[in-house]
Formats: sequence, C-alpha cells, structure tokens
Amino acid sequence: MKKMKVPERLEPTIKEIKFILRRIKDSPLSLAGIALVSAFIIIAVFAPVLAPPKPGFNPYLIPSDPSLGFRIEPSPPSPNHIFGTTTAQRDIYYACIWGARWAFQIALEVIVATVTVGIVLGLVAGYYGGFIDELIMRFTDIMLAFPGLILAMTLVTILSQVNWQTIDAVLLSIILIGWPGYTRLIRSEVLRIKNEDYIEAARACGASDLRIMLRHILPNAVYSIIIVASLDFGSIVLTTAAMSFLGLGAPLGWSDWGRLIYDGMSFVSGGLRWWWSWVYPGVFIVLFVLGWSLLGDALRDVLDPLYRRK
Amino acid sequence: MESLMTIENLKKYFPIYGGVLKRKIAEVKAVDSVNISINKGECFGVVGESGCGKTTLGKTIIRLLNPNAGHVYYKTPKEIVEAIKYLEKNNPKSKALKHLLREYDIAYVKGRNLKKLRRHMQIVFQDPSTSLDPRMLVKDIVAEPLVSQGLAKGGKVRDRVVQVLEMVGLSKTHLYRYPHEFSGGQRQRIAVARAIITNPEFIVLDEPTSSVDVSVRAQLLNLFQDLQKELGLTYMFISHDLSVVECISQRVAVMYLGKIVELAETAELYKSPLHPYAQALFASIPVPDPTKRKGRAPLYGEVPSPVNPPPGCRFHPRCQFAMDICGREEPPLIDVGGGHHVACYAINKKE
Amino acid sequence: MEKTASDEIVEVQDLYLNFYTYEGIVKALDGVNLNIKRGEILGVVGETGCGKSVTGLSILKIVVPPGKIEVGKVTFNVKGKSYNILDLNEPTMSKVRGRYISMIFQEPRAALNPVYSVGYQIGEVFQHHRREEIIKTVIEQLKGEVEKTSGFKRHICKIQLSLYERMLKNPKSLRVRLALKTPILKRFQNRMKTEIRNRTIELLKLLRIPDPERVIDMYPHELSGGMAQRCVIAMALVAKPMLLIADEPTTNLDVTVQAQILVLINELQKELGSSILYVTHDLGVVAELCDRVLIMYAGNVVETADVMTIFKEPLHPYTQGLLESIPRPGKPFTSIPGVVPGLINPPPGCRFNERCKYAMDICWKQKPKLVEVAKDHYVACHLYSGGK
Repeated sequence: MKKMKVPERLEPTIKEIKFILRRIKDSPLSLAGIALVSAFIIIAVFAPVLAPPKPGFNPYLIPSDPSLGFRIEPSPPSPNHIFGTTTAQRDIYYACIWGARWAFQIALEVIVATVTVGIVLGLVAGYYGGFIDELIMRFTDIMLAFPGLILAMTLVTILSQVNWQTIDAVLLSIILIGWPGYTRLIRSEVLRIKNEDYIEAARACGASDLRIMLRHILPNAVYSIIIVASLDFGSIVLTTAAMSFLGLGAPLGWSDWGRLIYDGMSFVSGGLRWWWSWVYPGVFIVLFVLGWSLLGDALRDVLDPLYRRK
Repeated sequence: MESLMTIENLKKYFPIYGGVLKRKIAEVKAVDSVNISINKGECFGVVGESGCGKTTLGKTIIRLLNPNAGHVYYKTPKEIVEAIKYLEKNNPKSKALKHLLREYDIAYVKGRNLKKLRRHMQIVFQDPSTSLDPRMLVKDIVAEPLVSQGLAKGGKVRDRVVQVLEMVGLSKTHLYRYPHEFSGGQRQRIAVARAIITNPEFIVLDEPTSSVDVSVRAQLLNLFQDLQKELGLTYMFISHDLSVVECISQRVAVMYLGKIVELAETAELYKSPLHPYAQALFASIPVPDPTKRKGRAPLYGEVPSPVNPPPGCRFHPRCQFAMDICGREEPPLIDVGGGHHVACYAINKKE
Repeated sequence: MEKTASDEIVEVQDLYLNFYTYEGIVKALDGVNLNIKRGEILGVVGETGCGKSVTGLSILKIVVPPGKIEVGKVTFNVKGKSYNILDLNEPTMSKVRGRYISMIFQEPRAALNPVYSVGYQIGEVFQHHRREEIIKTVIEQLKGEVEKTSGFKRHICKIQLSLYERMLKNPKSLRVRLALKTPILKRFQNRMKTEIRNRTIELLKLLRIPDPERVIDMYPHELSGGMAQRCVIAMALVAKPMLLIADEPTTNLDVTVQAQILVLINELQKELGSSILYVTHDLGVVAELCDRVLIMYAGNVVETADVMTIFKEPLHPYTQGLLESIPRPGKPFTSIPGVVPGLINPPPGCRFNERCKYAMDICWKQKPKLVEVAKDHYVACHLYSGGK
C-alpha cells in the first residue's frame, strides 16, 4: 500500500493521536468503552437506515402499529416488532434506535452550551481575578447551592405553564445546572496555567490578553475539559432519562429512553410479564452511560500523563 | 559610550496579605532603590544569591512586573531626563511631567506605547521546559512576537521564523514539532530565537544556562556572544554562577537583599572585590583545583528574609567589619575610582 | 591531608541496570565497577544521564521499577563479613539502610515529610535504629531514681523500669504492647521520648544549626534550603553509618551556603570516620572535598584516580574534555562537541566514540575495559588498554 503523503502541518497532531490510540489499546476496559461508544455512534448515525421513519412525520415520534390495534397493553416481541411494543403499540425497537440519536442530540447541545458558558466565565474570572472573579464565582456558588435535579424539575414545571415545549424546557434546565461545574473547572485550570513561565513569555512578546487566553491558556486546559465532558455525556443522558421518568421530560410518543421507561413503569407491577417494555430501554441507557464512563476513564488515564509529560 | 538603559531608584515591593480581612500586613522589598546605567553593546552581569532580587530586577526593567517607584529610561535623550528630574523636584504634580513620563519612562508607559516598546526589549527565561507553551508548535512559539505585534503576516512570518531558527543553530525541519521533542539545550535555543525575532536591542537573560547540562552551557554561551556581535545586542545577564558571568560580562553588579552592593568592570571586580559580601561570595566559589582547598567557609549564617531587612546596611549583621554607623544608615553606592562603585562604610576604614 | 584507607567497605562489580520504558529499554548502567574504602570521600562526576544517581540507588537497593538490576554484585563488608546486597531480602535491607548505609538527596524539602516537624522525623530514625541504646540509658536513669526516691514515686519508677526492661528483652511482648496502648500507662514512653529529644538537640548542635531547641519543632517548609539540608544530613547520621551516599546535596543551594555545608561534611566525616560517596557534576566541589574521583559517562566508569591525579593528569579524553570546558576568562567557551548518546540504542563499542577526537576503529567494535595504568589510576580507553 502506498504511504500517504501527509501535509507537514498535520504531522505532529497525527503523531499525538497515534500515541493516544496506542495507549488506549493497552487496557481492555478502555477498549470496551470505545466499542460501546462507537456502536452507539453508528446506531445514531444510521438510524434512518436501521429504523426507517414514517414519511411526513417527525422521525422522533414513534410509529404505532395499527395492525395490533391501539391496545394499552404492550405486545411481546415478534418478527415485526423485535423488541416488542409498549402502550398504544408503539415499536420499542424504533424508539431505542432513534433514542440513541436523540440522546446524542441532547447531550451534544447541552455540552456545547455549558462548555461555552464555562469557558467564557471561567477564563474571565480566572485570568482577571479580583472583583470580577469574586462576582462570577459567588454567582456560580449560588447556582451550585441549589439541588440540581430539583431545580431542573422546578424550571420545567414553571416553563410548561407558559407553554414551553417540555423538551426545550428540559434542555434549558439541564444547561442551567451544568454550567457552574465547567466554570469552576476551567477557572481552576486557568489559575494553574496563569502562573506558568510561558504565559509570562507571551506577555513579554506583547500578546494581548485575549490572545493569551485563547491561544495559550485554553489549549492547555482542553485536556481536562475533554475528560470531564466525556463523563458528562453519560450523566446528561441519565439526567434527562431521570426527568422523563418523573414525567417531566419528553412527551408521550417521543423516542426517548427515559420516556419509554416511564411508559413501561405502569407495567412493572406485573412483574416480568411485560418485561420488554422497560428492560430494553433500560439496557440501552445502562450501556450508553457505561460506555461513556469507561471512555472518560480511559481518556483520563491516557491524557493525564500526556499532560504531565508536556 | 552611550547609555541604552538608565535605571533610577527602581523599587519593586510585593505585598503580603494576611488576617481575616486580607489586608496588606507586610511587603517583600525585592528590589529597593537600584540605580544602573547599561551601555549599548555591552553585557551587563548581575549576580547574587537566592532572594537578592536579581530576577525581579530583570523582569521589572522590561515591565513584566510593574515597579512601585523609580524610573527606567530607554534611549531617552539626556535633556528629557533632566527635564523630568527638574519637574519632579519643583512641580511634581504638573501635567507636563505626567506627559513626559508616559512617553519616555518605561515604568509609566501604558497601552499601545508599552506594546511597541516590547519589540525592543525581550527576555530569555531560566527553564526552557516551562517557558515554551507545550501545546504550541515551534513555528508558532517563535513567531509569537511578530504575530502579536502585527509586524508581519502569512508567508513573511514563516520566512523570518526560518531565518531566525537558522541563526540559533536549528533548522526548518524543526518547525512543525512540539517543545517536548527537543533536548534542554535546543529548547533554550528556541527561546532565544523567539527573543530575537523582532530585532530587539536589549535582552534580559535570566539565568539562561542554569537548567541545562554543563556541556550544553558552553554552546549556549557561545551562541549568546555570537548573536551579540552579529546583531549588536545589549544584554543583562543574571546568574548565580559566578564563573560564567566572569567570562561573558563586561561589567558586573553584585546584589544583596534588593540592593546593589558593588558594581565594577568584571576583571577589576573578580580580582579585588571591595564589599565584604562580595569578597565572601567570591571566596565561596569552589575552585576546580585540589591544591587550592579552602577548609573554612568564608561566610556564616543565612540570608535574612527580604520582608524585614536589617536596618542600615543590609549586610551588617553578618559582616565582620561592621561599625556603629552600619546599623543606622544605609551606605550609598559611591564611585571609588575607575567606575568601581561600592556601598560600604568600611572600605574607607580599611584604606 | 593523608587519610589512611584500609579496607574497602563497598565494592560494586559489573553492575548492569536497565529501565524498561515505553520507548524501549534504556541501558542505564553498562558494567559499573567501583569500590569505596573506609574513611574516604569518593566523588562521582558525570553529566545528566550518566547513571551516577542510579548507581547510588543500586547500592542501597532502592531502584524503582521500571528500573531493574540485571546482573552484578554489590558487596558490603562489615565487621569482617561481606554480604552481597543484591541477595539480601527486604527485612534485612531495611536494617542496613540508615544504619550502615545512608543516603541524602538533592532537594532537602522533598526528602522531609511536610506534615511532621523535623524533630519528629529525626526522632523516628532514632527509634528505628538506636532503640536499644536509648532504652538502656533510660533504664540506667530509672535505676538511679529508684534508689533516690521513696514512696509513690518509687513505685511508679519501678513499674516503668520493669516495662522498659521487658521492652529491651522482648519488644513485642503482650505486656509492652498493652502498656503502649492504655491511656495512662503509655505515658511511660515519655522518658524515652525525652531522651530522644535531647539526643536530637545534641545532633542538631553538631550540625551547627543555630537555636536547635526552636528548630526541632519547626516544619520543613519553615526552614531555608541550607537548614533543611542540615536536618536531612542529621537524619542520615543518626545511626553513624559506615557509608553516606550524597546525591548532589548542594546543587540547589546558594554558593555561600554550599561552602558552609561542604566544610560541615568534611568535619563530620573526620569525626565519625564514615566514608562518603559524593555524586555531583561540579568539578569545583570535587576538588574541594573529595579524596578520590570516579568519572562516569553514559553508564560506564571511564576513569578513576585520586583527586590530584585527575586534575593534573587526566587520561581519558572525556575527563580531559570536562576539565577543558571549565570556563576561564579570556578564553572562549569550549565544550565537548556532540551530545550524550541515547541509551536505548547506544553506539557499539565505547559509548564515547562519537565525540572522542582520538577515536580509532577498535573504539567502535569493542568496549574498553577498566585497566590500571598507574597506582590506583584506572582508565577505560583503548588508548591505554596496553596497561602499565
């Protein structure tokens, strides 16, 4: 096979990635994590192929099977419905597949928002210190003083009174309880990096504050952000599932794993009689969160020494 | 010889906060009234032990730290300096004074003027493994002064970076690498390349050879000397390694607890140091000659903390020639002949 | 100053040590041979990475993985018997460390535990190594008290005396262990602690530490570098070891403090009669302090001789290069061209061949052995492999 000519600019990044991949291969748990996460990514990306949506409808709405009637009682797994159906004959298989895509969508949106807010506030607070640091941090502390899940639930309830869509409300509330964590994390990284010699060297070169923050401090803080964000992926999905489970999340018929469990909850009292309605979504949630946790741990093991070495 | 950099009465204190209300309870008097005049093209050495303030002095001169008092004039015509002195004495609150200071005094310039000034003064730090951003490529590290100052763009930047790398003995194959792939000596060269890229006139070398191996030290020192000749640089060479300073500097100042105690031409100073501290310092260097063993330590005790320096002459508690006046009044730095300055009452007594 | 050196107390023969790292196997020590005589100060000189620190660690058998001693013999002669350190097991080694061989390191505040006072840490060494001596002293004291006092006090003294005697005979006996744990009884230890404290103060005075009663309760971060290093030296000298390994102890100190510590080490060495293995890269310190010098390069010993000879008649090209690179005013700075070879793939033959100006063909094929070219002057170089 001809060796690909790699542009010189990318050489060092590629070397770094190769090193990370090699280190990850060493631990079986990390491999398990990567395998799980990759599987979910594939499921999410190929959702339209794996579970074709009904044309004209929002793909996230689970189709019901009219051939089985609109019985409330779930139907067992059958060749038409691999995982069975839940109330009103909604296909569980479809819901789980699209649930993966939905989980990624929510998690990505939340992480992007919280990390951005965290970076902006954390950089400013950490770099400038003094009064502005106190101001931002006290505000962050106040936010952290509220119990997270309860605050989220309250917010969703209030917003639904003003006719917000529950899923948008859930998104907003999880962002609201997520940003203080990142702010604190980034601020502490900034405080650590601020005292390094190369920051002083950059100031001696005449670099402006903004340049120092974005070009020097941020790239050095990025490793810890990556580690926390990958662990966060799992925990965000868990939070949304929890909120759906409490009835405050996705509406009826939405392909959200937590919602499925909520729907299946009424049938739990029957013991294992209708097991497919809550076991399958539950398994998906567990595997998803497990995969991201393992990946996060693996990344921490790899990136930490890289961090220290450099 | 014209003076490139004149430092007058420079003071840098670091506050110490304590107590419940975090108020200032004490000050570390790192640099306390230093007067130096550095000539163009010379290598000016500053020596002293830990805590004497030499690194703080170097950083304060180029405004990496903000001085508490004093003036630092860079290529300022004599008339302006005189004018400032006059105004300070007779009309300290005048607007004209403020204006002059903001224009010419490094200690007072702000904003854009300060940024422009940074082109002409640079610094090389002690530890090359921490003074280079580990997440930046060499080409970006070296180009940083150019890019931050907006002096060049695009292809011209790359050309200049390659030119400068070749001047320090590296090559363009090193452009796309991270600092951790290099040895200590090479990293220091990268730091030097970064320092010379904007064609500065004055470079502060803060213990540049302390963190590298002995064999690399000589290569770096040769590099400094070659660059000085090629580019007409002026250096302030800060070090605690007295033998290295002896070989590279033309004039040397000895610092103790934030003050300069002796200042002279190198050969003169090393041959006959006059200040008791300088004498003890030079006598303490272990000589690589087994026939010249000392057998006793020239100086006992330890350097006192710069938070509460002793009154009067700062060295008097440890000085064997201490007299009454030494504990009461600080000796001024006076020229005892041939540019040899000493701050000590006891030399007159000895002579 | 002639020091009569009779026996050899430690001898290292053909020591090979590898580090198993991610990038490959680093062949750090490549057949190191050295010996240390009684009462002498042996200086080990070399650049970073030449293996001088690791040699010291191997003598004490505290090399940390990924380092591993492959082959070699480290013989240690005490009281007429000789032991191979590499064969001893851990419990025996822990009796050797501190008692017969001690080590001090470069950064004193890293060698001291920041949450305990220095007095406590020095006391720990007393407890571990000189316990019996101290208990005997306390017993003598108590016997004296028993005779002088009467009544209740006498009774208490008798109880304490019996406890100490039992501690001396059988430190793990049930009675002693119970007594150490019960709240009031365990105060009997106080005598021992006071005795240790007094001895610690004596030791600190010996190390010229001013105001030892105050320093003994200070924490390491409150001390300056020089004071902390003296405390570390105190810890190393508690049990009056035969050999003190000093790994660049003065490199991080100011030059005036270094001069004080060098004088101190010299005086202590004369008083205690210990030998010192002083590892450094500073030739000035070597000239000031050492009797014999050993030069190392890239894991090999290249030359060893007494200090005068090394400075006046260096034979190995590397030694000559080192001496020439000492900065002198008026002369341009010279150094040995090239860099230390990577030890994962060292060059074949003599490891100095790439940088040596006298390199011959054979230098690339065969590694030179350490041969004696004059009395007590050994060189490992093909230029002299003819021997005397």
